[in-house]
Amino acid sequence: MFRRKRSSDDFAEEIRAHLALEADELQSEGLSEDEAQRRAKVEFGSVQTARERFYLRGRVAWLDDLLRDLQFAVRQLTKRPGFTFVAILVLALGIGASVAMFAFVNAALLEPLPYKDPGRIMSVNESDTGLPGWPLSYPDFLDWQARNKSFSSLDVYTGSGYLLRTGSGMEAVKGERVSGGFFQTLGVHPMLGRDFNPGEDQPGGPNVVLLSYQAWVRRFGARPDVTGSTVDLDNQVYTIIGVLPRSFSFALSGGAEFWAPINRLSPHEHFRTFYTFFGIGRLREGVTVQAARTEMRTISAQLQRQYAVTGRDLNASVLPYSEVVVGNIRPILLMLLGGACLLLLIACVNVGSLVLVRSESRRHEIAVRGALGATPARLIRQFVTEGLLLAGLGSATGIAFAAVLMRLLSHMVPKGMASHMPFLDGVGLNAHTVVFALATAFLSSLLLAVTPVSRLSVQKVRDGLMDGGRSAVSGFWRRLGANLVIVELAIAVMLLTGAGLFGQSLYRLLHVPLGFDANHLAVVEVSVPGSVFKTKEQSAGLYREIVQRVTSLPGVESAGLTSKLPVECNCPTDGIQIVGRPYHGEHNEVNERHVGESYLPALHATLMRGRFFTAEDDASHPGVAVINQTLARKYFPGADPIGQRIANDEAGKPSVWQIVGVIDDVREGPLDVAIAPTEYFPISQTGDPFFTLAARSAQDANTLLPELVSALHQVNLDLGVSNEVTLNEKIGTTQAALLHRFSAWLVGGFAATALILGVVGLYGVVAYSVGRRTREIGVRMALGAQRGSVYRLVIRQAGWLTLAGLAIGLICSLGTSMLMRSLLFGVRAWDPATLFGVAALLGLGSMAASFLPARRAASIDPNEALRSE
Amino acid sequence: MPSQSNPGDRIALLQGTLDLLILKTLLFGARHGQGIARSIQRQSEEVFFVDHGSLYLALQRLEDRKWISAKWGVSENNRKARFYSLTARGREQLTEKTSEWQRLTRAMGLILDGEPSGEEV
Repeated sequence: MFRRKRSSDDFAEEIRAHLALEADELQSEGLSEDEAQRRAKVEFGSVQTARERFYLRGRVAWLDDLLRDLQFAVRQLTKRPGFTFVAILVLALGIGASVAMFAFVNAALLEPLPYKDPGRIMSVNESDTGLPGWPLSYPDFLDWQARNKSFSSLDVYTGSGYLLRTGSGMEAVKGERVSGGFFQTLGVHPMLGRDFNPGEDQPGGPNVVLLSYQAWVRRFGARPDVTGSTVDLDNQVYTIIGVLPRSFSFALSGGAEFWAPINRLSPHEHFRTFYTFFGIGRLREGVTVQAARTEMRTISAQLQRQYAVTGRDLNASVLPYSEVVVGNIRPILLMLLGGACLLLLIACVNVGSLVLVRSESRRHEIAVRGALGATPARLIRQFVTEGLLLAGLGSATGIAFAAVLMRLLSHMVPKGMASHMPFLDGVGLNAHTVVFALATAFLSSLLLAVTPVSRLSVQKVRDGLMDGGRSAVSGFWRRLGANLVIVELAIAVMLLTGAGLFGQSLYRLLHVPLGFDANHLAVVEVSVPGSVFKTKEQSAGLYREIVQRVTSLPGVESAGLTSKLPVECNCPTDGIQIVGRPYHGEHNEVNERHVGESYLPALHATLMRGRFFTAEDDASHPGVAVINQTLARKYFPGADPIGQRIANDEAGKPSVWQIVGVIDDVREGPLDVAIAPTEYFPISQTGDPFFTLAARSAQDANTLLPELVSALHQVNLDLGVSNEVTLNEKIGTTQAALLHRFSAWLVGGFAATALILGVVGLYGVVAYSVGRRTREIGVRMALGAQRGSVYRLVIRQAGWLTLAGLAIGLICSLGTSMLMRSLLFGVRAWDPATLFGVAALLGLGSMAASFLPARRAASIDPNEALRSE
Repeated sequence: MPSQSNPGDRIALLQGTLDLLILKTLLFGARHGQGIARSIQRQSEEVFFVDHGSLYLALQRLEDRKWISAKWGVSENNRKARFYSLTARGREQLTEKTSEWQRLTRAMGLILDGEPSGEEV
């Protein structure tokens, strides 16, 4: 069975032996030698047929053909390593980029969330004008829960930080307080231990806590007997009752490690107007989102009437949970996938035209094979095999490239942001991605196989054999090749325009006026255990001590405290009234910040009127406030705000604050959001347990970070100290900056590749056409054409192609820019500078691409050109 | 069919009979392909015409089935040739096929020689 197959040569040898033996015998029967040999051959019949039959014996013909086609294709590809390398590289770039982008789209938008029946999980909240996802108050939540009929269960969660006592002191950890049915609503069961028992979320319930899988592994060494043991959170003993499964993630809470039931409300959490809880509900079977929203709006309106809630324009909002998690990145992801697909298209077109040029130069070969009896089907099969082989190699390389790209991009997302994107863990070569990869591979092979075949079918074998076929430029090829180049150039224009717009957006975003000097600022978050500092006076003493100690560090110019750093969020907000003005329930929503007296000077904020806070502005003195220009302009137009008073509901207590200063706008919210009115109160008068320390260094702020941490620990070992970073880095990694940076770099990368491919494609077409027209140009020059006119001849051709590509590309890019308008910042969708820049860049590239062939054409020696045929 | 000068009284071999003839020819010792062809033609009194392509294909087939074995040797007039000989398995097959063939010819004979049993034609 496995012995070596007998070779065809051996068989041929045997037949030769047969003929010789037969001739011998015939000769001995009396024939002449020549006659004997002739008769032997005649008697034998067709030697060729016998050999063919021997060869075909026991073979599956099509498989055999396929193998030979493959062998031939491999020989063809290895014979031209340059062509093969370029084709595979270009395909791999296109396929790699689009598969990697698809992996992100898949993980974020297609893979179901790790909950039971995730489509029915809704984010159930209030919404304020312009602020969707306004949280609920606890009393509202209880009423919503009791009155609604749309949800089979409704629960709330609220972020919380704890100070965890560890062997080496206090550590600030992220936690989440949730109502008792939270995990049942999601359909998540602890992998160890149990869920909260009924009643554990009632006032006075026990201190129990569930661990996230990551906390269990990192802090408890994945001990299986962890349930029943205790941890010290905020100086309270909590019993660990279970561990959440590894697959569990809850994007809206980031990487919370400790999950506790809401069973002890802070004083203001009892208020109906203290909004801090986020609702999540499981929609009942058969209830639509719209119906649920209508019902919740009715309930919300009833409650507002019943309890005479004014000051906000609240309206219940019910949104699919997945929408809330990925809604803001969906357009960017889809845009990037679109860009990658354009790149794939241009790559396929590029390789397709390369293959086309190759098939053109193989006209003679095809014609000879056809003349020797190869059927058209057989020839087509040969080309399809070659196309498939090329596409297969390109796809395999591309998928490997995609795998690398996915890892690289996932790692580029900073940790803090990644914890809100749990889907990033799902980015990889999974079933969906592989199907997509196979689909792109299939489409590209189809393209590569069909291109030369379409070329083949219009060509007559006889034409190919004629020598004349060599010098006349094939009209078909010129048309198809040129059309393909126009497509390439148009796509390159679209991607370049996109890249230009994103680049400008990023630049404008990073150069948006901040209203303060972000350089040389080191920041660190501090949390104060409530049991340590109980009164505002004690807290004020702590603030003073911290600032004094930090300011005395060598290299520190100034330092200050704030409840929230700039460039983070237009939150938390405060509803204010102006004392002395009639109030009719308007919604005067302003940012609220609690800052130390040295904070605004340390930021280098600009004082416009009045004064900054001083050490005197403490709890024993009347409330004072500093406001920003926007607030002054909005609420005190044409008047001097200094001395005016604003009233609010500070921590559930009516309070009044006299305005003592106005500063130029400091950008408190994200980079891409308009400045909001902002009020600043002295932190000594509010007494915050969580705050951020900002210190301005004379040198590199990075060197200051470890010193800040140790200085804070010297003040009090029980202080929770976390997230020390420079402010510039923090701003650079905010969502707005990151998303714009990612878009700009990725689309920029796509565009650069597309530009190179497009220009190289143009070069190919022009060079090819010059090569073909050598004789024509020779004749022209022999008849007296000047070099200049030859240059013009060639460059004109390139110019027309470029113009056509540019025109189509610009029209298409107007469309695509309008689509991505919402992703841009500070730049119009049809930005003339960008469009002009793209046109100039492409024009230059095309001129460069056509100059080389033009020079070659102009240096043609007419004698040589005419003699060569 | 290899040549047009095929005498009319020659008969093309029946499907499957060539194998049997080859085996039978080899019963008396190793032979090369040309010898086998000549022998079949001669012994059938030139009635059978052996298509040489089919013959060599049949030889290869029998060799693949290990009914015969082949090795290169030298003919009596000093020519290189591939000699075929029966294997043990080939002998078994020969006996079996021969009796099969005899039963077949007997049955054919019975039908062709016998009186028509039904009504007159």
